[in-house]
Amino acid sequence: MPTRRSLLASASATVAAGAFLCAALGPAWSQQPPVKVGELNSYGSMAAFAVPYRNGLNLALDEINAKGGVLGGRKLEFVIRDNGATTGDAVGVAEELVTREGVSMLVGTFLSNIGLAVSDFANQKKTLFLASEPLTDAITMGAGNPYTYRVRPGTFMQTRMLVDAVKAKGVKKWAIIAPNYEYGQSAAASFKRLIKEATPDAEIVVEQYPPIGKFAADAGATIAALDAAKPDGIFNVLFGADLTPFVREGNTRGLFKGRTVVSLLTGEPEYMLPLKDETPEDWIITGYPWEQITEPRHKAFVDAYKAKFNDTPRLGSMLGYLVVYMVRDLIDKAGATDTDKLIAALNDMKFDTIAGPVVMRGLDHQSSLGGWVGLSTQKNGQGAMKDWKFIDGQSVMFSETDVKAARK
Amino acid sequence: MSLSFMIAQFLNGLASASSLFIVASGLTIVFGVTRIVNFAHGSLYMLGAYFAVTLMQPLLDLSRSFPMFLLGLLVAAALTGLVGLCIEVVLLRRVYRAPELLQLLITFGLVLVIEDLVVRIWGPLELLGPRAPGLRGAITIAGSQVPSYDLFLIAMGPLVFGLVWLVLHRTRFGILVRAATQDRDMVAALGVNQSLLFTGALFLGGALAGFGGALQIPRAAASPQMDIAILTDAFVVTVIGGMGSVPGAALAALIIGQLNAFGIALLPKSTLVLVFVLMAGVLIVRPYGLLGRPEPLSLRVAVPEGFTRLMPPTPALWLMCGLVVAALVVLPLLADAYSQKIAIEVLIFALAAFALAFLIGNGGVVSFGHAAYFGIGAYAAGLAVKRLGFGMEAALLLAPLAGAAGAAVFGVFVVRLQGIYLAMLTLAVAQIVYAVAVQWIEVTGGDNGIVGVWPARWAEGRVTYYYLTLGVSVTGIFVLHRMLHAPFGYALRAARDSAVRADAIGLDVGRLRLLAFMIAGAATALAGGLYAFSKGSIDPTLLAIPQSVDFLAMLLIGGIQQIGGALAGAAALHLLRVWALPLGDMWRMVLGLTIIAIVLVSPQGIVGGVAQLVQRQRRARTSS
Repeated sequence: MPTRRSLLASASATVAAGAFLCAALGPAWSQQPPVKVGELNSYGSMAAFAVPYRNGLNLALDEINAKGGVLGGRKLEFVIRDNGATTGDAVGVAEELVTREGVSMLVGTFLSNIGLAVSDFANQKKTLFLASEPLTDAITMGAGNPYTYRVRPGTFMQTRMLVDAVKAKGVKKWAIIAPNYEYGQSAAASFKRLIKEATPDAEIVVEQYPPIGKFAADAGATIAALDAAKPDGIFNVLFGADLTPFVREGNTRGLFKGRTVVSLLTGEPEYMLPLKDETPEDWIITGYPWEQITEPRHKAFVDAYKAKFNDTPRLGSMLGYLVVYMVRDLIDKAGATDTDKLIAALNDMKFDTIAGPVVMRGLDHQSSLGGWVGLSTQKNGQGAMKDWKFIDGQSVMFSETDVKAARK
Repeated sequence: MSLSFMIAQFLNGLASASSLFIVASGLTIVFGVTRIVNFAHGSLYMLGAYFAVTLMQPLLDLSRSFPMFLLGLLVAAALTGLVGLCIEVVLLRRVYRAPELLQLLITFGLVLVIEDLVVRIWGPLELLGPRAPGLRGAITIAGSQVPSYDLFLIAMGPLVFGLVWLVLHRTRFGILVRAATQDRDMVAALGVNQSLLFTGALFLGGALAGFGGALQIPRAAASPQMDIAILTDAFVVTVIGGMGSVPGAALAALIIGQLNAFGIALLPKSTLVLVFVLMAGVLIVRPYGLLGRPEPLSLRVAVPEGFTRLMPPTPALWLMCGLVVAALVVLPLLADAYSQKIAIEVLIFALAAFALAFLIGNGGVVSFGHAAYFGIGAYAAGLAVKRLGFGMEAALLLAPLAGAAGAAVFGVFVVRLQGIYLAMLTLAVAQIVYAVAVQWIEVTGGDNGIVGVWPARWAEGRVTYYYLTLGVSVTGIFVLHRMLHAPFGYALRAARDSAVRADAIGLDVGRLRLLAFMIAGAATALAGGLYAFSKGSIDPTLLAIPQSVDFLAMLLIGGIQQIGGALAGAAALHLLRVWALPLGDMWRMVLGLTIIAIVLVSPQGIVGGVAQLVQRQRRARTSS
């Protein structure tokens, strides 16, 4: 039987041998600890978005680490966690990432309430939080804080892109249909404000707010109520499981005939793929026409993504990929991983991304990442975008006065 | 409102009533026979939709005809029926003798497992099925476009009702189902093969759920979220109609269909609450639903065996409690900041779960909406700090007061009911509170909730807040425990075990139960206030059904018959959750399987199981 001492000796010998092997065979960064970033998202309950997002993220990480990582040779590591899709769990997970895993910053979240809870946690713990996806305007406006930054264009920005695209038509009588929660209601509020600025005599003739995920239950009655008000234009905020029955029932009941339809998020592959040959024609939508973007770096991303995951990219994939590169550039610019230096570097920092140049506006901590606006159409029985253009986020952000009024 | 619009809304209401009825009839039959509130009914509905989406395209490729479409619906329904049958044979059969709440919990475990399987098999994206051949278009009725498929749906409701009626009234199986619905013990005493009857009921219920789901595919995409969405609707229909009553379900579905159709036109933002307000109203006026019957006295539905053989703690037990508290006191010296955080959460949940045990185990008041009081406390504390400028200390005092006040208002109606109807009213009340939190955006912040609810400066440190929570929780639990052994506790148990006899010896049963409801509400709200300050943010998920289920699960995992069960259960469930969360996509499956395993292996819960083991060993020692 081996004595304790002999065990210790052999153990240390093994460790030494392992260390030696690593040094001899491993890449350069094995001598330095990796730079850890905490990523939390609703991988279980929001898998349609979050899993492609994670794929994009892993693709970028592989590329970055193959090229030498960050800070001159340290590995960039993302510690990825499910946030359980409740605020309580999410804050717990964020805590675990910061105190146990010792991450330098937090990234991620999808649902707005979770994004807000984590941003508040970041504020309390003085940790940088780069919110990649949550769309609520509160996160950069009323509930904004010094430690939270957002990457995607928020609800207001996306609504403004659509209003800019539709205002030339001069449609006056509008119907609004939005899911009955914060995202839907703030999109509706933004639309009301912006459409009246664009077309002063525009009026909202009917508003419907079905409970999220339950539109299908009373689809007929909701559509009949919209139709009865005889609008000339429809602003739709439904997405996911609510969008497909809206399109199908609306088509059957002739709701869209002769009307201008403006629809948020509909062109994102996440929501457009299920529509297939039911995809309506000529809705004005925001989305992601990944297969038509010719910019070489974006094309390289699409090819690499398809090769690695044997799937087509979603908007989430692009976002995940882009966010990891932003994190790399940020850490390299800051030259360190402490929060103060990261924040100093991040304010008004310019990024060169696969979706064009992006500036992180220091005023409201909102990135100028833009979005694609175009018309919906069908190609070979699949939904697609046509006549689209990329709108730079700079042109649709909140005005400085708005921001200063909201962020006291 | 024009006449043509009213006709259109009436037809829309009928179509959704048909769909609702078909699903709800399955739920009500299963409940009638097995007395199990089957949470997995929504999952069966979802499976029906997915089966139909998968099967329909190949079938329609063979021949694009309406009969083929019908065949697809029936096959999907039969397959779902088989799943229901398997659930009965593999799982439910093993737990018929367990407390009713445990049965409910096992079906909730199934919900998690099935949801996970669906995402694994069919992917997270929603799937749009083909439309029904020949029924793609719409016809004009009174100036409105009505989809022909809606007319088909409107016809299916009465057709299914007729078929179910025939099965229930003209077959031997149906007669037994009705007999079991009225008096299960009598049917068993007459020598009827119960397991066959139950298996049959689950097959029928599953097939109806599956048929309901399959019918939806031309209107809505199949998605992994559709199970919970339909479940609450189906519950509401069965409760309003009277649980176990098929005609009641039909009547309730008709009312709800029309209520929603016209409610959408008149009050478009109120659709979240409308049905729950209706359900609460019906239960207050007619405690057994519109066409339900009071339970026969021999059956205490959904009242689990509560605390039994309640004896004053022995010195050994006091010693053990003292050791646990001492261990908790020294914990911050040994554990890192994150473990302390987890410990804080466990302590908070322990207080809330113990309050629920106080209510259910000792008072026999089965609350399905316990999260409402947890949330009321959290919101009261959060709003006091953010909107009224209170300090943390005042906010923490306000939380239990708000909880008690809320419990008093709702309790007046709740405690008059019994068993499953009482449970359903607490659920309805919780849903109404939830809807208020979601919709009253100016005050509650809606879905986004309230952020920035952090402790006062002195309690900001992790260790300080830990000791604050420890102090409050232990004191709260101690006070509740003291009440169990006080005359009030005895009187409450008397009221639980026989309301009639308690009344006869001069106890005011209603007042006792109301008081218990308020005490539990206050203690839970206090826990909610502590929780708000520990997380820094509040949102409506704190008040939602899953949170209520969590509290029930804590109770049952720990053991409902043991006083310490809720405490052990709170620790076990929360630690499991914390452990399973980093598994990412897997956590639903892990949680679901664990719940099922615990129910199967140790139906008395952890503490009950341990107590039994100890007893068995003691007996073995004395006999040898």
